[in-house]
Amino acid sequence: MSTQVLGLDGRLPTGQMRIEEMRMIGIVKRFPGVLANDHVDFDVRAGEIHALLGENGAGKTTLMRQLYGLYRPDAGKILINGVEQHFNSPQDAIRAGIGMIHQHFMLVPSLTVVENVALGLKSSRGVLLDLDRVEKRVRELSEQYGLKVDPKAYVWQLAVGEQQRVEILKALYRGAALLILDEPTAVLTPQEVEDLFRTLRQMARDGHALIFISHKLHEVLAISDRVTVLRDGRVVGSRPTKETNKVELAQMMVGRPVILQYERSPAQLGEVQLAIENLVVGGDRGQDAVRNVSLEVHAGEILGLAGVSGNGQRELAEALAGLRPVKSGRILLCGKDVTHEPPGARIALGQSYIPEERLRDGTIKEFSVADNLILEDHHKPPFSRQIFLNFNAIREVSKRLVNEYNVKTPSVDTPVKNLSGGNIQKLILARELSRRPKVLIASQPTRGVDIGATEYIHQRLLEQRQAGTAILLISEDLDEIRALSDRIAVMYEGEIVGIVDGPSATAEQLGLMMAGVREGGQHHLEKIRL
Amino acid sequence: MNDLFTIPVILGIIYSGLRLATPYLYASIGEAFVQNSGVYNLGVDGIMLMGAFSGFYVGMKTGNLWWGLLAAMGVGLLMGLLMAVVSVTLKAEQGISGIGLYMFGLGLSSLLFKKTMTGVESISGFQPVRIPLLGNIPYLGDVLFNHNLLVYGAFLLVPLASFILYKTPFGLMIRAVGQNPQAADTLGINVDRIRYITVSLGGMLAGIAGASLSISLINLFQENMTSGMGFIAIALVYFGSWRPWGIMGGALLFSFVNALQLWLQVLGVNFPYDFAVMLPYAMTILALAISVRRAAMPDALGKPFERGEF
Repeated sequence: MSTQVLGLDGRLPTGQMRIEEMRMIGIVKRFPGVLANDHVDFDVRAGEIHALLGENGAGKTTLMRQLYGLYRPDAGKILINGVEQHFNSPQDAIRAGIGMIHQHFMLVPSLTVVENVALGLKSSRGVLLDLDRVEKRVRELSEQYGLKVDPKAYVWQLAVGEQQRVEILKALYRGAALLILDEPTAVLTPQEVEDLFRTLRQMARDGHALIFISHKLHEVLAISDRVTVLRDGRVVGSRPTKETNKVELAQMMVGRPVILQYERSPAQLGEVQLAIENLVVGGDRGQDAVRNVSLEVHAGEILGLAGVSGNGQRELAEALAGLRPVKSGRILLCGKDVTHEPPGARIALGQSYIPEERLRDGTIKEFSVADNLILEDHHKPPFSRQIFLNFNAIREVSKRLVNEYNVKTPSVDTPVKNLSGGNIQKLILARELSRRPKVLIASQPTRGVDIGATEYIHQRLLEQRQAGTAILLISEDLDEIRALSDRIAVMYEGEIVGIVDGPSATAEQLGLMMAGVREGGQHHLEKIRL
Repeated sequence: MNDLFTIPVILGIIYSGLRLATPYLYASIGEAFVQNSGVYNLGVDGIMLMGAFSGFYVGMKTGNLWWGLLAAMGVGLLMGLLMAVVSVTLKAEQGISGIGLYMFGLGLSSLLFKKTMTGVESISGFQPVRIPLLGNIPYLGDVLFNHNLLVYGAFLLVPLASFILYKTPFGLMIRAVGQNPQAADTLGINVDRIRYITVSLGGMLAGIAGASLSISLINLFQENMTSGMGFIAIALVYFGSWRPWGIMGGALLFSFVNALQLWLQVLGVNFPYDFAVMLPYAMTILALAISVRRAAMPDALGKPFERGEF
């Protein structure tokens, strides 16, 4: 994708001037107690896709928020076509031709697509809105870039992939020549990712400059021309994508060699430990979030539950943990009907739960590490004697667990809120796994966790499987599901679309199922069910 | 009971109902702007009291009601601005700061009243203006088109507010800021500025609401003369699902029931007084419980805006 194929007059198909080159030089950004960007150099040119790769907290988003005018750098320069820029607000950045697609969409659900696009812009009719004109232009742009969306629909009616297209249209409408995409694939199905990539490649061909932020190696390798890796706020290195590979990039991200493929022995299936029969669970808005779901998890296997976010996985997990009432159906835990039992009864029967929201549901964030470790067993020996807590025992056990599970904390008295996401997750893992559970419900166990901790958590889950625990792994990360699961169930709109064999499932096959396509599912199901 | 259903009485109820709706309309429409931008101001009643006092006092001293009205607007605006500083810039808990503003308005208006006047005095308020032609329609002319200017103004405010909220870029910004301030921020909209404007505007309209009592409807000032009307006005915003036309529906319903109970008393119908007075409030609570569409509520209502963490 060299610059020669592009138009000669320096304009984009939208009529906007191109940004031939954007350079960030020596960018420094501090937050209280954190050096988020430490003399970062970064640049992007018209016609290329430059990936910015790094773990959570590496400073990628902070860097890009400065380019978009949301933060001001403490030091360093931003040059566009060689001219230094000072952005005081996103408005300045937008005027300079920069657009940003945020990880969490910046849309107003109660407004229509057209209204969202028109928001904050001057109207050609002065104090009156000019939505007809905006709509016409939106239609033109969506035609030109293959971004299919109904301009008159309300945003809350749109699927996630469509909402992302609205975000891109919003940026294009404002004349974005340089587009920043912050983790754009996190919420998409594999097929939607393909559509997005097609659009991005076309935009690059047309002369847009694109910055693609991600922590997923295979996506970066698939879409970018160049890769720059950030770690702890610093640039570790920059490579042309063609000259690098997964192993090298992972090592640059983490700072040490990383295992990308786990060794797994075949599953040693035991009895059914968790049986879900025709379960129906209500959602937050009164509709049924889980519809007639039946699943069985055996001792010694990991059953992966895949699906795009918001298809009922969270509600199912909460129902299994006893945190959400069941409308109908049954849950059998180790052969006992626990459908309407409180969480305590399930814990007593040997169920452990790793919740999706680790700070909200998994820990009490003002409490110390030690207090959080005994949350479930504080009333039992050795942690208590009659009505008194046994502080010596609590400290001793806590110290042992912190060591054993590699939780990085100054002491066991540190409040949990001061720990990083990965360490909080290890702490929850320590609490739940040290109880030697018969059944483990793990909901998004590695979301927002760095590669190092992810690797550790995955190893622990596999160990637990080896030890004979029945594990239900709920995750939106297909790579994780495929790396760990013996069988994979796919959930779509509250129903199980199908169950397939884990090791042999392909991303394409799962992607179709995640979009609700049942093709071939029935046949497969028969073969796998034990 | 037979006296109640004669044409003069029914026309009388409609006439008083429209008048009674006036302060509610100003206050609720003002609060609708405030809440649509994601702030709620519980101090409306306090602002109304200050508006009622300053409108009355300035109108009386200058002999010009328009100066009175202007003073009420100015005082309302300033109190709105104060609320904006506390809730938008200082990001205080809005429920508490609103109640604080109410107590402040209640106390200050009573104090000023005691210091400046010897007792309850009355004033000759805005006089009815009969609208040419329309005012001559039999029956309807008297009931609908023979009111004072503040009453007309209140009803004209409804389409105007609806137009601003739904047909202008400014209205779009207000609603966006109330639903998803982060999104508005990324589009270069100054969230705090929009909220300052709406909260101040809401204060100004609450000031007019107060003045409409003291210089156009009751034509006197008394301590705590609103007796909680500002809180009903806030309830009406919920009742009307944050839309001006819906709010007008609620204000009319409430005021007609109120007018009805006043006429019950006037006609000496054998109906316990206390229950009659309770009637409009009970109706409002009932209607609120049945009608409120929580889905229409601005998502960011009551939440101060801060740019996200890194």
